[in-house]
Amino acid sequence: MSAQTRTDYDVAVVGGGLLGSAIAWGLARLGEKVAVLDEGDGATRASRGNFALVWVQSKGLGMPEYAGWTVRSSNAYAGFVDELERETGIPVSHERPGGFHLALSDAELEARAVQLKRLHNQPGTIQYETHILSATEVKRMLPDVGPEVVGGSYCPLDGHVNSQQLLRALHTGLGQHDADYLPGYRVETIEQNAGLFTLRTPQGNIHAAKVVLAAGNANQHLAPLVGLSAPMRPERGQIIVTERVQPFLKYPVVTIRQTNEGTVMIGDSKEDSTDDRGMTLSINAMMADRAVRMFPRLASLNVVRTWSAIRVMTEDGFPIYEQSQTHPGAFVACCHSGVTLAAVHAMTLPPMIAAGALDASLVGAFTVRRFDVSTPA
Amino acid sequence: MFRRLPDALPRSVAVTVDGRSVSAHAGDSVAALLLAEGIVPTRVSPASGAPRAPYCMMGVCFECLVTIDGVGNRQSCLLPIAEGMAIETQKTRREAGR
Repeated sequence: MSAQTRTDYDVAVVGGGLLGSAIAWGLARLGEKVAVLDEGDGATRASRGNFALVWVQSKGLGMPEYAGWTVRSSNAYAGFVDELERETGIPVSHERPGGFHLALSDAELEARAVQLKRLHNQPGTIQYETHILSATEVKRMLPDVGPEVVGGSYCPLDGHVNSQQLLRALHTGLGQHDADYLPGYRVETIEQNAGLFTLRTPQGNIHAAKVVLAAGNANQHLAPLVGLSAPMRPERGQIIVTERVQPFLKYPVVTIRQTNEGTVMIGDSKEDSTDDRGMTLSINAMMADRAVRMFPRLASLNVVRTWSAIRVMTEDGFPIYEQSQTHPGAFVACCHSGVTLAAVHAMTLPPMIAAGALDASLVGAFTVRRFDVSTPA
Repeated sequence: MFRRLPDALPRSVAVTVDGRSVSAHAGDSVAALLLAEGIVPTRVSPASGAPRAPYCMMGVCFECLVTIDGVGNRQSCLLPIAEGMAIETQKTRREAGR
């Protein structure tokens, strides 16, 4: 690559995972000249360890705008995926059959119902269907549930996708829009002079008119370089993967889904850890036990892989989208749900960034200023 | 399609493939035995139903899955044959719990 092609970009996106790639693809399809600065293979890759749900139900308790943003992405997903698949020829297996949260006791079902009621009772919360179903109603839709399943919640907006193929398609699409993907460009410093950003990396400097920080948990360290903050609290999740079997699970469950390839994934653990090289076996055992109680036929399946991965998580769990006051043209984007929100990150956020200002009517609630707590006098 | 090396070990191990008795060369993997005997396809894909057979022979591709001694989806390229082993090809799409 010549020095010339490295220097002049409209936007430098820092981070090549699902969040950074979706924003970068969205910018590139608007005609922006984009560079994606990524770390190397040793980086912590949340985008390659996730569970791949496109999930709506139960999100937004404590921030109703998050429910609206999530529903917006769920509704935009089919159009987003259709354009990406047509452009790249890479199928990403997106489906939205609706999804389940299953309860294994009356107490669990009651807690679920209360949680959803509290969520939907929040003033200003977008209205959408979520149903609490009895065991009989669940069994009608999921005939393979076991006798311990007492009921569950179902939301028709829930779905899933092949997130590995999605990431690959976004990277392919970036290339087709003449964006430059730059692996090994770990950003060390960012400076702004006369409106132009200089991002220093071990492989040389990149110059761009705008910067979008989408580096997952690393945003915590990068955001202060452009006068912003990004309070993060990473957590570890574990996933169990079975052999491939004939499709039997028509709907994703929040902890169990069958991929388009026949694999069953079991997940959704949470631990305070940033070590993705370790596993807690007692947690795997509990995940497997609950999965088998939900679907007894899983008991005979061979497990072929297990892994742990680090979730990107903001301090309060909700996304952060912010623009710098001190460094005009610098933006920060952080979120846990890089899969679910990919459609809005690709279609809704990029026009704002290209225009140079976030639209407060759409993303104002996600300002990082919500973390500023004023001390009482 | 396949020819034995001149120093192959003798046919001294008795196994069954789909219920049929086979005298197998000591030291063979189950996948090598199936290929040498011309027993293909060895399974159908659970997702698409397409026929499959051993491919990479080194534990990577998961194409060589068969049922061994009643346990389904074992990687036959990684398993040495053993006296009395019951090998079954997977002629129908593998189902969970069936």
